[in-house]
Amino acid sequence: MSGRASFSSLSLWRERLFGTPFTGFVTVVLLLAIGWVAVPLIRWALIDATWRGTTRADCAAGGACWVFIRARFGQFMYGLYPVDQRWRVDIAGIAFVLGIAAVVLAPQRLRLKLGLAMLVVLPPLGIWLLSGGFGLRYVETREWGGLMLTLFISIYASLIAIPLGILFALGRQSELRVIRLISVIFIEFWRGVPIIAVIFLASLLLPLIMPGGIDIDRLARAVIGLGFVIAAYMAEAVRGGLQALPKGQREAATALGLTYWKATGLIVLPQALRISLPAMTNEFIALIKNTTLVLVVSILDLLGIAQASLADPNWVGMNMEAYAFSGAIYWLICFALSRWSRSLESRRRL
Amino acid sequence: MTIRTSVAAALLVAGASLAQAQQLAPSPTLDAVKARGNLECGVHLGLPGFSFANDKGEWSGLDVDYCKALAAAVLGDANKVKYTPTSVQQRWPILQSGQVDVLSRNSTITFSRNATLGLNFQGINFYEGQTFIVRKSANVKDAEGLDGASVCVAAGSTEEKNAADWFRERNLKVTITNFQKNDDAIAAYDAGRCDAYTAGVGALAGQRIKLKNPDEHMILTKPISNDPQGPVTRWGDERWQLIVRWVLNGTIAAEMLGVTSKNVDEMKANSKNSEVRRLLGAEGGFGEMMGLSNDWMYNAIKQVGNYGESYERNVGMGSPLKLERGQNQLWTKGGVLFTPPFQ
Repeated sequence: MSGRASFSSLSLWRERLFGTPFTGFVTVVLLLAIGWVAVPLIRWALIDATWRGTTRADCAAGGACWVFIRARFGQFMYGLYPVDQRWRVDIAGIAFVLGIAAVVLAPQRLRLKLGLAMLVVLPPLGIWLLSGGFGLRYVETREWGGLMLTLFISIYASLIAIPLGILFALGRQSELRVIRLISVIFIEFWRGVPIIAVIFLASLLLPLIMPGGIDIDRLARAVIGLGFVIAAYMAEAVRGGLQALPKGQREAATALGLTYWKATGLIVLPQALRISLPAMTNEFIALIKNTTLVLVVSILDLLGIAQASLADPNWVGMNMEAYAFSGAIYWLICFALSRWSRSLESRRRL
Repeated sequence: MTIRTSVAAALLVAGASLAQAQQLAPSPTLDAVKARGNLECGVHLGLPGFSFANDKGEWSGLDVDYCKALAAAVLGDANKVKYTPTSVQQRWPILQSGQVDVLSRNSTITFSRNATLGLNFQGINFYEGQTFIVRKSANVKDAEGLDGASVCVAAGSTEEKNAADWFRERNLKVTITNFQKNDDAIAAYDAGRCDAYTAGVGALAGQRIKLKNPDEHMILTKPISNDPQGPVTRWGDERWQLIVRWVLNGTIAAEMLGVTSKNVDEMKANSKNSEVRRLLGAEGGFGEMMGLSNDWMYNAIKQVGNYGESYERNVGMGSPLKLERGQNQLWTKGGVLFTPPFQ
């Protein structure tokens, strides 16, 4: 039976790829093109690559030298975070993963409450673990860096962006004119300003115009700036979901005697959010990639730390390795996210 | 007491307090640095030999060493520096807005920057300039020797224009071969398609170790352009500017006077040269004149070393870059490095 199945699938593939002379021709050309790109890439990255060693001198010519990544792995992950304190980052990361897993795996009844509890507990816990105080050594944000910083910015900016985005999306639909106006102004302003300008202004202009003595951390300014921009994008994504809902949903809820907030929270938002989930995931993935822009304001994210360590004369010339490695990490994160959102979409309930 | 003597006494008191005031003009930056307990120093995001994160995750390099020397002079500890890596767009605003006390970031000193940005350049810690890399076997000593040769450049770059102009002015027949990108140009040079490749001294040092056989190539020490670089401060706070300038001068003077991190204790105790004694605080009270301890340069030299030590360690023979001193040699030894005397 299985032989027949594979035979039939084989003939199916032959049918698809070589059905007509033209499709056959296209198939061959594409295969050649893939081979033309992939073969040297695989040779460089895997076959001719150097894996073992400790210094640049151990690198073989022609292939990738992953020795560099190995030597600098700590910096790629944690930036310049003090080595003896890195366990704090690990704990924060584990706490976040466990927290999210607990919410996802919790029974339906508890999920909302648990989620809200995590939302209250985890973000301050993370900041405490990373920056210190209350018994932990203080680690300045300028020492943060690498993947940890990229994730930190993404998570905290989206903690600002998602609630704000939902609020402004609702505000834009509001029947109260003032609220509608405020929402439109917020959304259009932050959507209209380039992210790099926002980060730049937050980092350089704010200290100039702030009254003396008030000093907000540079990283915090960048996170808030990014959070506002993404909030505006999120608001538009959520608005799409709200508009896709039949009007009857809210009307029926109101007819049942539900207040505005109850109708919104129980009937409208759960459906609207599910519709806008793909668009919101899109914004979140864009956010992760946009975090690289903080490089212009002295924050050494994954890409920034790559640049700073590439300048070490002992490792000069490792650009391909550094960028391939950081690119792969970005891709992995974004790919995992889009798979996760797809599995969320396919589930019946959020 | 006659009126005359009392007037004279009053004048004397006034004169003394004026002198006191001149000695120690207010320095908000120095006060802030001391109160904070660390120096805020703006550096490059990543430039081989000048500013980079080493394997241990510490900032190092020639420009970083200046920050350390300044911190040692002001606070007595070279490690009391906080670094802000700056991008090219950000370097001036971050200094202007007061987020750093000093910028030590490969910034070329030019008239218009000095005149329009509200910034002062406090001396030169690296003479950068466009020059050429050639094969040692070609036996070329300077740029004039490139007559009849070919040079690989990136099309449309400043380097292309500079080189073409320079050769034309001197009626030298040099073939300029254009490539789309810098990387292509250097690869072509490495493959032997040209006799030379051109860029700044610092950049060439970084490029050379990427070549197949770095030892077969040499960088011509005499540049064809003039791009001096050094630490930068904001306008205002003259006393801070004085400190920034004279710490740099002090590291150069130390090399001039033969004071190194190794012999500094012995020199301070035994040297009979009064300039050495003034530099190291054994006499003259120079540190106090700026509101620092008299150990200021002793600490800087002891902890960071003199200019030559810093150069060799970061970009010179003690580093993978193996850049010769060239122009960045003392004026007494054929370079242009210079400091006014400690008198």
